[in-house]
Amino acid sequence: MRARVLPGFTLSLGVTLLFVSLILLLPMTSLVGQLAGLSWSQYWAAITDPRLLASYRVTLLAAATASLFNALFGLLLAWVLARYAFPGKRVLDALMDLPFALPTAVAGITLATLYSRNGAIGALLAPYGIEIAYSWLGIALAMAFTSVPFVVRTVQPVLEDLPTRTDEAALTLGASNFYAFRRVIWPHIRPAVITGTGLSFARSLGEFGAVIFIAGNMPYETEVVSLMLATRLEEYDYAGAAAIASVVMLVSLLLLLAINLWQGRFYRRLHGGSFPG
Amino acid sequence: MLTTSPLRHAALAATLGLAFAGSAAQAADRTLLNASYDVSRELFADLNPQFVEQWQNDHDETVEIQMSHAGSSTQARAILQGLDADVVTFNQVTDVNVLAEQGGLIPEDWQSRLPNQSSPWYSTMAFLVREGNPHNIQSWSDLVGSDVSLIFPNPKTSGNGRYTYLAAWAATQQNNDGDEQATRDYMRQLLRNVEVFDTGGRGATNTFVERGIGDVLITFESEANGIVQQYGEDDYDVIVPPVDIMAEFPVTWVDENLDSDADRALAKAYLEFLYSEPAQRTLAENYYRVNDENVSEEFADRFPQTDMLRVNDVFGSWDNVMQTHFASGGTLDQLQRR
Amino acid sequence: MRRIGDAPATRAILITLATLLTTLFLVVPLASIFYQAFAEGLAPFWHNLSDQYTRQAIMLTLLIALVTVPVNLVFGVFLAWLVTRFSFPGRRLLQTFIDIPFAVSPVVAGLLYLLLYGRTGWLGSLLSEADVQLMFAWPGMVLVTIFVTCPFVARELIPLMQAQGSADEEAAVTLGAGGWTLFRRVTLPKIRWALVYGVILTNARAIGEYGAVAMVSGTIRGETVTLPLQVELLYQDYNTVGAFTSAALLAAIAVVTLVVKGVLEWHTQRRGKRHA
Repeated sequence: MRARVLPGFTLSLGVTLLFVSLILLLPMTSLVGQLAGLSWSQYWAAITDPRLLASYRVTLLAAATASLFNALFGLLLAWVLARYAFPGKRVLDALMDLPFALPTAVAGITLATLYSRNGAIGALLAPYGIEIAYSWLGIALAMAFTSVPFVVRTVQPVLEDLPTRTDEAALTLGASNFYAFRRVIWPHIRPAVITGTGLSFARSLGEFGAVIFIAGNMPYETEVVSLMLATRLEEYDYAGAAAIASVVMLVSLLLLLAINLWQGRFYRRLHGGSFPG
Repeated sequence: MLTTSPLRHAALAATLGLAFAGSAAQAADRTLLNASYDVSRELFADLNPQFVEQWQNDHDETVEIQMSHAGSSTQARAILQGLDADVVTFNQVTDVNVLAEQGGLIPEDWQSRLPNQSSPWYSTMAFLVREGNPHNIQSWSDLVGSDVSLIFPNPKTSGNGRYTYLAAWAATQQNNDGDEQATRDYMRQLLRNVEVFDTGGRGATNTFVERGIGDVLITFESEANGIVQQYGEDDYDVIVPPVDIMAEFPVTWVDENLDSDADRALAKAYLEFLYSEPAQRTLAENYYRVNDENVSEEFADRFPQTDMLRVNDVFGSWDNVMQTHFASGGTLDQLQRR
Repeated sequence: MRRIGDAPATRAILITLATLLTTLFLVVPLASIFYQAFAEGLAPFWHNLSDQYTRQAIMLTLLIALVTVPVNLVFGVFLAWLVTRFSFPGRRLLQTFIDIPFAVSPVVAGLLYLLLYGRTGWLGSLLSEADVQLMFAWPGMVLVTIFVTCPFVARELIPLMQAQGSADEEAAVTLGAGGWTLFRRVTLPKIRWALVYGVILTNARAIGEYGAVAMVSGTIRGETVTLPLQVELLYQDYNTVGAFTSAALLAAIAVVTLVVKGVLEWHTQRRGKRHA
């Protein structure tokens, strides 16, 4: 540990600890309090109810689809925005942040309106037997919409920072575009793509506001975990709700921790470990 | 320069907060918060001004009635957690019982405090079908055809949905002389025919009307007629099946949330007003069935004859219903199991 | 100089594809909000906007944002300073704590606060004895919004301050600068734009938060209904135009946010180029 030359350690530690305890940790105690009322077998039964298991599957499947879509969409957009100059680029760039700025409930209602059988887009797809609203595709759509910025915004800066000579070296050696991309660019941006996709996945797991308006909420088919939690509350079963909440939280926290560690490693590799990242 | 900016923020916030808190208080001498169920907005928008005017005439005080609308159970939960509602107007007896049993906020015998078991109006379930009734839906048994798609809210999260479930069960049970296995088979098919399970009554209405999904929407008779009024009589027909369930709408004042005798008197007067003839007329105009004899005669042609079964007669009690049918692992869960 | 994907055909295909997908996926929903708000012309739009409850919802939403943003701004700066300028045991743990709001679904966040500060919670029962009502009133809605939005400023600052290192600050200290002067003169100019970006994100989310706020609101019309809640209420009132009017207002705020952010970025880039 190095000497503390800079001022403000005590002050910032004090403010931070106060805030973290009051705003972040104190509410967690109520979760623990609810869980403490359950025995292990009750807890296990509460989190392995067959209908709940089905909702885990639906949520995971939809979140995976959404983040996969975002990985591809984000990669394409990050590439176009980082590499090319064209009219309207600034608008396209700004639009990428729209899902963060738009309230999720508004997004949910709008998507349900557009993609239902009689909506502007849904009506086009209906003749081909494609139903998006009220199917698991709708859930995936809402999740994808709300987490668009993650991949774009993690990959874009990395692409922008890549020196031109990386490309040139590959191309002068006579490699094809695709081969050069795969061998030269991809290794550089892979960590960012994975980080962004992971964040998008974590966000999708907990999404409620947008999803609830477009999910059909059919048992075993289109019920998401957040809805099962709301159902437990409806039954005045706080402990059961807390049990479900704890599972979702644990998965997301582990995911975020993994991303943080991965990022740390990546960061050290890039910057030669000069700072304890 | 920089030091003034956080201060200015704080001052702005404080002013805004004061302006905000002041806006409601300056308008009226007294306020009353009514926590109600999901689909009662239009109803209370009609009823409240009448009461405000009546109170103004009798007591020379202005009253502001604040409304909070959500699912009945959501409201009960919020009140248990501290929502400061003075009166509740719910669509399910259990949700009021919870206030007595879990919170001790009202006495256990709350139903005896006002006439008709504290239910100033009642309704029943109706089928809203698309123009011309193409599937010829007349009774509960017509709903299980393989090509009929249904919309009603999730019985797990909505009182509206629970009544639909209970009505279907009770009518079928009566139809097949109490053969429970046959009733279960029927219920399983009914639930399978549902196309979207919205979490509340209005969500289901939107799915049926705005999205055009489903052949039949099952909802309260009042809501079904309200939709027809709102969206045009040419597009939909309302069908009330010959056997149906009596849906009660219990009301009570929340003793623990009323701090003074004056507040209690206001809350009580508000609920008693709901039994008065003008209020009952407004209720009937909103397609709710009422007990006032003059009014029910006057509006008799609005309400088709139907054999209304009572929850307590068919299922024992609401507590029993919740335990055996809607609790985790109960009959509803079993019926929906794959 | 040649770069990968510079062939005109590749370039054209990729740009077209990106524009098409963005239009379908992002622009169409945005446009449809405004289309539905103005579906019946300008008059109903204005009528809905001047509705008393909508106005009160706007006021409440602004109040929540006005309290939330400064609180999280101060906290974010302190946290970022702490974890990037000092090394101490538990630093990594603290950084993971700050991610909790990202890991907790907003509905759960609202529930946790309700269980703690509600009438049946241990803290809430103490408060209700003292006649303090947090839940189902604006202070509770502010609290959950602070919870949900607290990572944004810190998350913007930490990577930047980490990358910048503390050499400048250390030099200033050796020259005898005090704490406040140091921050104002040395650190602030370097992190200004990231700070503003963090504030913009915090503000956007504070205005738009739905799940957590819905849990602790009690939806009392004119009292505890924020703009996103108002959208849902109107939507369920057979008032689609009204709902989309409020939605359009929120979307307009979103668009303004994007424009401000775009201008800021452009500004930073220009500065970056000048300094380079």
